[in-house]
Amino acid sequence: MPQPMSPHFVFDIAHLLAGAMVLISLMMLYQDRLPALIKVFALQAVALAASVAWQAYAHDAPHLYVTAGIAILFKGLVIPVALHRMVARLGIHRQVETALATGPTMLAGIGLVGLSLVVMLPVTATSDPLAREDLAFALSVVLLGFLMMVTRRNAVSQIIGFMSMENGLILAAAGAKGMPLVVEISVAFSVLIAFIILGVFLFRIRERFDTVDVDALDRFRGGRA
Amino acid sequence: MALIGDLLIQGTQMTVVLAVAPLVTGVVRKLKARLYRKRGASVLQPYRDLARLFRKEAVVAEGASWLFRAAPYLIFAATWVAAALVPTFATGLLFSWSADLIAITALLGSARFFLALAGMDVGTPFGGLGSSREMMISSLAEPAMIMLVFSLALVAGSTQLSTVAGVMLQGVGLRVSLALALIGLMIVAVAENARIPVDNPSTHLELTMVHEAMVLEYSGRHLALIELSAQLKLTLYISLIACVFVPWGLAPAGAGLTHMPLGLLAYFGKLAVGATLLALFEVSLAKMRVFRVPDFLGAALMLGLLGTLLLFVSRGL
Amino acid sequence: MADGATAAAAALGSTPTGPLSGLLFLIVAFAAIALAAPRLARRPGGSALVYGASFIAATLGLLSALAGLVCAPETLVLPLGLPWIGAHFRLDALSALFALVVNLGGAAASLYAIGYGRHEHAPERVLPFFPAFLGAMNLVLVAADAYSFLFGWELMSLASWALVIAHDKSAENLKAGFVYIVMATFGTLMLMLAFALLAGPSGAYAFADMERAPHGALVTALVLGLALVGAGSKAGLVPLHVWLPLAHPAAPSHVSALMSGVMTKVAIYGFIRIVFELAGPPDWWWGIPVLAAGGITATLGVLQAMLQADMKRVLAFSTIENIGIIFVGLGLALAFKGNGLEAAGALALTAGLFHVLNHALFKNLLFFGAGAVLNATGERSLEQLGGLIHRMPTTAAVMLVGAAAISALPPLNGFASEWLTFQAILLSPELAPWGLKLLVPAVGALLALAAALAAACFVRLYGIAFLGRPRTGAAAEAREVDRWSRGTMIGLATLCVLAGILPGPVIDALQQVVSPLMGARMPVQGDVAWLSIIPVGESRSSYNGLLVFVFILISAGLAAVLIHRFASRALRRAPAWDCGFPLNDPRTQYSASSFAQPIRRVFASGLFRAREDVTMPPPGDLSPARIRLSGDDPAWRLIYAPLTTMVDALSARANVLPHLTIRQYLGIVFSALILLLLVLAIWP
Repeated sequence: MPQPMSPHFVFDIAHLLAGAMVLISLMMLYQDRLPALIKVFALQAVALAASVAWQAYAHDAPHLYVTAGIAILFKGLVIPVALHRMVARLGIHRQVETALATGPTMLAGIGLVGLSLVVMLPVTATSDPLAREDLAFALSVVLLGFLMMVTRRNAVSQIIGFMSMENGLILAAAGAKGMPLVVEISVAFSVLIAFIILGVFLFRIRERFDTVDVDALDRFRGGRA
Repeated sequence: MALIGDLLIQGTQMTVVLAVAPLVTGVVRKLKARLYRKRGASVLQPYRDLARLFRKEAVVAEGASWLFRAAPYLIFAATWVAAALVPTFATGLLFSWSADLIAITALLGSARFFLALAGMDVGTPFGGLGSSREMMISSLAEPAMIMLVFSLALVAGSTQLSTVAGVMLQGVGLRVSLALALIGLMIVAVAENARIPVDNPSTHLELTMVHEAMVLEYSGRHLALIELSAQLKLTLYISLIACVFVPWGLAPAGAGLTHMPLGLLAYFGKLAVGATLLALFEVSLAKMRVFRVPDFLGAALMLGLLGTLLLFVSRGL
Repeated sequence: MADGATAAAAALGSTPTGPLSGLLFLIVAFAAIALAAPRLARRPGGSALVYGASFIAATLGLLSALAGLVCAPETLVLPLGLPWIGAHFRLDALSALFALVVNLGGAAASLYAIGYGRHEHAPERVLPFFPAFLGAMNLVLVAADAYSFLFGWELMSLASWALVIAHDKSAENLKAGFVYIVMATFGTLMLMLAFALLAGPSGAYAFADMERAPHGALVTALVLGLALVGAGSKAGLVPLHVWLPLAHPAAPSHVSALMSGVMTKVAIYGFIRIVFELAGPPDWWWGIPVLAAGGITATLGVLQAMLQADMKRVLAFSTIENIGIIFVGLGLALAFKGNGLEAAGALALTAGLFHVLNHALFKNLLFFGAGAVLNATGERSLEQLGGLIHRMPTTAAVMLVGAAAISALPPLNGFASEWLTFQAILLSPELAPWGLKLLVPAVGALLALAAALAAACFVRLYGIAFLGRPRTGAAAEAREVDRWSRGTMIGLATLCVLAGILPGPVIDALQQVVSPLMGARMPVQGDVAWLSIIPVGESRSSYNGLLVFVFILISAGLAAVLIHRFASRALRRAPAWDCGFPLNDPRTQYSASSFAQPIRRVFASGLFRAREDVTMPPPGDLSPARIRLSGDDPAWRLIYAPLTTMVDALSARANVLPHLTIRQYLGIVFSALILLLLVLAIWP
């Protein structure tokens, strides 16, 4: 550990990074085109990496650097590039179909952030102030990712929503500074595997139904039942 | 004696914003032209345009009422008063307590109210179109601005701009809510000043214009006043963002005249940076469809709301 | 009983000339005018006589109210009404403030009607009810027991109902009257229940007894709900507002002004009296329902105002918006007081009461202006107007002041009260409960949205009706209205400007009302230099309407003088440019519905299900293209439509009742009796 920094400064930077992640989640809700959405997702991964690295630095926890590295390598680079190519191959780079208009979605997003603050802050009143507000932000990111999965019809944006949820979980874990490295690596790999499976699945859906609109699946199920 | 000094500073402030406003617009235009790899007119061109317009006779449409002729003066006055109350190079202006940030926002609202009415006065389709769209934009931009003001006021414990600048100068740390407010304020500034991507200040293509459609019937001195008001408003927003988020270099209240040159220098530097950023922002974006604008401004409103919410929940955010 | 009578005599003896007796005397005078009116209506100058007498009475009422604002509270018990209660009257600062609003509005409306009423084609349908309406409102304000209060309240409802259906030729008016009377009865019922709960089993119906008696938490919670619904239905809180945009425009314009500007305030008085005073100290959560109702009302009201084409309906919906703003102020006051922040509560209550006064001023003004336009053109629809600024210069000028004031533009009065409300919101992070922490910022956003939309709404109203070119012959040949009407409107516009540039004295005067209710007051504004207002602390916030006003005047004047002197003063009239498009048909102008189109698309497509159906004829077909707009009020769709369906279904079920045998009827009666006896047996 180098110079002992003022706790205030540590606190502020950590907040700012966590807040940036919430903001980027909201930005993802606002995007209505897939390439832009993927770029914003990559940005969130960068923010996550920075946030985790800051925690590692501030709390002198070197294993968190590994987490940050994984985040930036896979979510900031590999997955976005792969998604870009996938979108280009599927030829669906034009428009995201939302089930709900942007305005109400954003409003719902704000409501979720408020809700997670209300849930988290009183419950964790006794714990470390740095951790508790970070936890509230992390919960917001998770909920916003969930909201994204609910409001989007396109399978690609649902995948992004899913991975954004996972970003929130990592943020929470880094803030709690208790998660062992093994667990983290396994989580990261499971997400990667999930991503690959979903990607393969996506192409299969398209082959079969000629669309990646998940409503098509519902219609298909409804038709059979 | 102190009163005279205060009056002097207040007078300087009013003159400076008025004198520098066309230059800011000129610089933005020049930079945009250079970024497009055009040569562009001189940065002094807005002054020449204003001088020319002021000297020309005013051509007024036959059906225009007194409101049409009075509106430019009212718009100019409201904008100028608002601009005079934002600390540019010194805080603690003599009359700064006569209107706080909410009142400054509302003063700009008054100017817009009369501009929109003037657009409808002659009874041309374009005027109505411009007014109608302007009011739609303002119906989102104004609440967004109020929410951003709330965020700032909650951090600083005051809606008084001089106090806000003083608090920011002492340092409040990096705040999530302030970051949100900064982004939101930029969006609002872009929309309120009819810049790309909300409106295009250099177009006369009927269907994309908002501000230009409203002032279509104006000419001569009336047009000059409206142009000057628009330039003042741009300067006001840059000054506002500078005063709140980069208050360094502002001469503190009662600092004496020696601090003033430094303050002025810092102010001109901030304006230059602001104009550059605006030009870069404008050339890197395309104009939006009109009905995409509500989403864009809605985002600013949401940012303001989120910032305020965070501050209500925890003063530390 | 005998005690009451002697007490009354003593009270009468002790204060024979106080402002309370003045107001009571005026109520009698209003009743006398109302009784004399049917006779006078048939005479040629009778209408002017009735309105003139009403004007004098209301002006005297105004003076009494002013006196009541500064004097100590007065009480009086008269042996009227129910024998075991007597009629209690009380004039304290709260009553006096609202009496001021009522009589100011009443005086203005009477004066305006001296000119306006000449055009009335059926004066005998209007004249008797107008003074009765004024008297009833005064009666509500001075009543100090539940019986007299409800008596006055019902009288007020009935008199205004009679005025709503005064022109009952159209089915629309009759429907408005029907919806109004149903909602009014419902509201009274709610208030009656509230009073019954407050009075308790001992039947202490005098306000003084209710205030003294301790109430359980459940009782006060119920009272809050009942008062919010009862008074809210009269004031126009969403979703109880549905009658208001039907009934207010249906009445003659001076009565519309009274209903919108004044009667809604009497409802607010009822709410304040019951919740702030009679129900005792508020719980921490009381602010929540009031704030939520206020915020939603403000936004929905102004959005719907934006979509209306009828000028008076626009104004009626805007009344709903302003009621919302007032309720936000009241809700904040309750929240602050319930959480032990009395000083902040005083600021919030002051903001609400200031807006009560302001709204009464500009809403009366705007309705008078709408009446003037109606008189001059015979049109209420914005789509048929235009260019009136040329034909009706005075009306146009005062309407401009009213429109700017209601749009909360500085330096006028609407801004002063909204600014105070915003300042109160900025104090509310001090509130500890989590629900309030989340609700208050949201309400702040709703309020800001409502203020911006109000500006859009009034740009539309003013721009379409008064600016541009006349859209019909009626608008092109409009004549300026008579001098009584103009004088009244000029007076109200002046008051709007005065209250805007000198808010300090108004705020100080309001503290007479605020401090007994909140147990705290705002800092004295009279001592502040330069007539600024400083609601909390100097470094926190301040506003000076006078200076802003003077600055704007000086800068505008300076610019005008300099330009005319040194630059150019030449002016040439030429045909409008309009990008080279020749102007011919005034129908090419933006209409009221096209002006609203962007906002309709952005805000109303989901909320009000606003739809545009465009019928575009194929190329070669010469028939005109058509656009049809549709939309509905979510309150009707979600609440009232299911309700009416349910009532219909129930009445269909009940249809079997008239066809039973006598034995079955006896059976019903018998089982009801048994049921009641069972209840009695089980009840502890």
